[in-house]
Amino acid sequence: MTLLSVEDLRVGFGKSGHETEVVHGVSFEVAAGETLAIVGESGSGKSVTAMAVNRLVDFGGGRILGGRAVFDERIDVATATEAEMQRLRGREIGMIFQEPMTSLNPVLKVGAQIDEIFRKQHGLSGRAVRQASIRALDRVRIPDAARRLDQAPHQMSGGMLQRVMIAMALAGEPRLLIADEPTTALDVTIQAQIMALLAELQRETGAGLIFITHDIGLVAGLADRVLVMQGGRAVESGPIDRVLDHPSHDYTRHLLDAVPHFRAGQAVRRDGTRDGRTSALSVRDLSVRFPVGGGFLRRTRGVVHAVDGVSFDLVPGETLGIVGESGSGKSTTARAILDLVRPSAGQIDTEGRSAVQMVFQNPNASLNPRMTVRALLAEPVIAAGQRVDDTVLDRMHTLLARVELPADLDRFPHEFSGGQRQRLCIARALMLNPRVLVLDEAVSALDVSVQARVLELLIDLQREFGLAYLFVSHDMAVVERIAHRVAVLYAGRIVEMGAAQEVLSDPRHPYTQKLIAAIPSIDRRRIDYAIDTEDVASLLRPVGFTAPPQTWRQIGPDHHIATEETS
Amino acid sequence: MNYVLRRLLMFPLVMLGVSVFVFVAIRLVPGDAITAMLGTESGLLTPAQRESLAAYFGLDQNWVVQYGRWLIGLLQGDLGLSVTYGQPVSQIIMERFPLTLELALLSMLIALLIGLPAGVFAATRVERPSDLVVRIFAMIGQSTPNFVLALLAIYVLSVGFGTLPTMGRFVPLTEDPLGNLAQLILPALALGTAFAAAVTRISRAAMLDILGEDYVRTARSKGFSQSYVIWRHALPNALIPVVTLSGVEFGYLLGGAVIVEQIFALPGLGRVVLDAILQRDYALVQGVVLFIAFNFLVVNLIVDLAYAALDPRIRYGES
Repeated sequence: MTLLSVEDLRVGFGKSGHETEVVHGVSFEVAAGETLAIVGESGSGKSVTAMAVNRLVDFGGGRILGGRAVFDERIDVATATEAEMQRLRGREIGMIFQEPMTSLNPVLKVGAQIDEIFRKQHGLSGRAVRQASIRALDRVRIPDAARRLDQAPHQMSGGMLQRVMIAMALAGEPRLLIADEPTTALDVTIQAQIMALLAELQRETGAGLIFITHDIGLVAGLADRVLVMQGGRAVESGPIDRVLDHPSHDYTRHLLDAVPHFRAGQAVRRDGTRDGRTSALSVRDLSVRFPVGGGFLRRTRGVVHAVDGVSFDLVPGETLGIVGESGSGKSTTARAILDLVRPSAGQIDTEGRSAVQMVFQNPNASLNPRMTVRALLAEPVIAAGQRVDDTVLDRMHTLLARVELPADLDRFPHEFSGGQRQRLCIARALMLNPRVLVLDEAVSALDVSVQARVLELLIDLQREFGLAYLFVSHDMAVVERIAHRVAVLYAGRIVEMGAAQEVLSDPRHPYTQKLIAAIPSIDRRRIDYAIDTEDVASLLRPVGFTAPPQTWRQIGPDHHIATEETS
Repeated sequence: MNYVLRRLLMFPLVMLGVSVFVFVAIRLVPGDAITAMLGTESGLLTPAQRESLAAYFGLDQNWVVQYGRWLIGLLQGDLGLSVTYGQPVSQIIMERFPLTLELALLSMLIALLIGLPAGVFAATRVERPSDLVVRIFAMIGQSTPNFVLALLAIYVLSVGFGTLPTMGRFVPLTEDPLGNLAQLILPALALGTAFAAAVTRISRAAMLDILGEDYVRTARSKGFSQSYVIWRHALPNALIPVVTLSGVEFGYLLGGAVIVEQIFALPGLGRVVLDAILQRDYALVQGVVLFIAFNFLVVNLIVDLAYAALDPRIRYGES
């Protein structure tokens, strides 16, 4: 039975009569028990389409301009009144959002936000409400549900919050569930947990599911049918196998090519050698600790061991990929090397401050919007106490040309696209002719096709200038393409390190194995994700705690794993 | 609770700082208490008489000794003797403070009762005519001096209705609650209008921000009505800046409202401070300022506790 039938849907934003259309006539159908994946890059209109289906788009300044979206063969969402939509939302159409951290009300306890659904949508009262809420959390496999209900959102991890979000969406017993990038903000192992949960709950409830994602690789494991969107239009749609194996549209083919597929060490770089080179960066027993609690008249309650005894070397022309999930200490390690946080112990050897430069994750946030390209590129020079003379201006032009940006020094960051801004950040980092670049999730915020081009640029620049890269990322497929060596971080310590080809093809540490098993792939269709509810280990230690020293076991010529469990 | 205790422990430190500051500041003002007290007659005093008067009020010692004496008295709960009133300072404060407190509370009540709904209303109708009307009124309310409003209120009441309930002897709340309220309602309105306008503007701005938040969208996706989404999900988040503003405004009002008190002939703290400064009544100025500082600390503590009550992130700390 067709649950939702969308025909020629057009959506626009702006003042009535002067709307800018962003979705130009999209059509699709979803049946009960079926999963439709809508795939596209940012600006493709996929989220707007989803928000139009339950008319939440109305509250973001948008409007359905034309077409039909018939739910349950009885009500056309495009022309329904707000009162009719309120009866549909929650009860018939549930929604899960991208950012679990911001999608729950921070001032209300988790329990209150689930209770209200049973109270207002099912008319329950008294003790029945709480019991229903406990069952709702049990259903999404949240252990110790009764206690969790009394917690505030900020006391839970992102993965836990997304499960709460799913519990809330299911509490209204909707027949159609819309999930808008539900795992994008989560770590890869947590992503696997959430995907498993969604697949299982859909089997249980028989609901239709619209799954929106930018990651075509993620779709394979879950979807029955795929709709590919570009620039507000549906460019291709069909059964999952046909679209993935025999794409008919150029853009679909392009997306499939651009997505970095993890190939278990098959795609690693073969260039470069460590032989006979002295290190450009050497880190010995680096530890970074943060006291918790403390302050005026307060006792320190504990110490977070964010980084605990990390050591590695980096030679010119080489990329060391640092992989790990949030809280593993990978960004803290990067920051400590740049002197942005103070190490508690250990030694970092570089050739002076300007020899190490950094490129951050979000190019929008790391470029001052009020500064011109000239001022942005001059900053590191000024910070190093040098004068901005003709040589510096020459270098600006050379670097801009090298990162393929127009040679106009008077432009402002908002005049560039996301990928161009990141190129600008790279040019800025190269102004002082550094030997080491620390790239902290430097391509993670970019669309896949842009990401691929920036990666290519980075590899070219590395060869040309003999740069050493410390490439911090959560994305194993990206790391596989740029790293010569890989270090896996877990709970502040390196658990496995070695040549990228060996570590990625033959991971030996249980955590590395788990991380690699969780990577989505277009080759894995309709998989049975195993549900695993394990949470990340806490890094909080008592005051005065010293971790036992790590012992290493050699697996290959350049492949070691830690044998000491670091939990 | 531990938190409240730590905050209370900081009170004496702040009070000590304020006491030194006000003690020195008032003495840096030219002129002396005895001349101010006796006016032109002070010229008739012999130096001996002047000295004995100074000795009586403890003004003959150097500053350090004077401060030391005052501090010791303070620790015993004695704020000293007012030169102009010839009464203990603490007694004067206790007589005047209930009125000031009542006036401040009434003003805040008016401000919140008008400002919050108006701000929320405007935010939900942003850029529509009703929003514009609210914003214009808020602008007028905030930019009109309270004495203009006070005079206007008296004029309307006396000319339009032929009554003047505000004048005459002040009736304390405990004596005649209704009569007291009738006396205070106009001054409270005069003080509360600008306050209400400020609350309107800040709650409108805060609501506008909050209505764009992801969790408001989540609440809508659950199928809740507009009013439920606003009052249950958005407003509690928008209250924090309102509490901040209200705390600061309320703290000021507790220091007395000189002009409004003067216009409505109310014996509040504001006029006492003004007189005391003009009269170089050191003990009274010091006592009242210290008292006002103490009130500010208490109000700040209440504001912080309100934050904690409103927002669990503050309650349990970010972690």
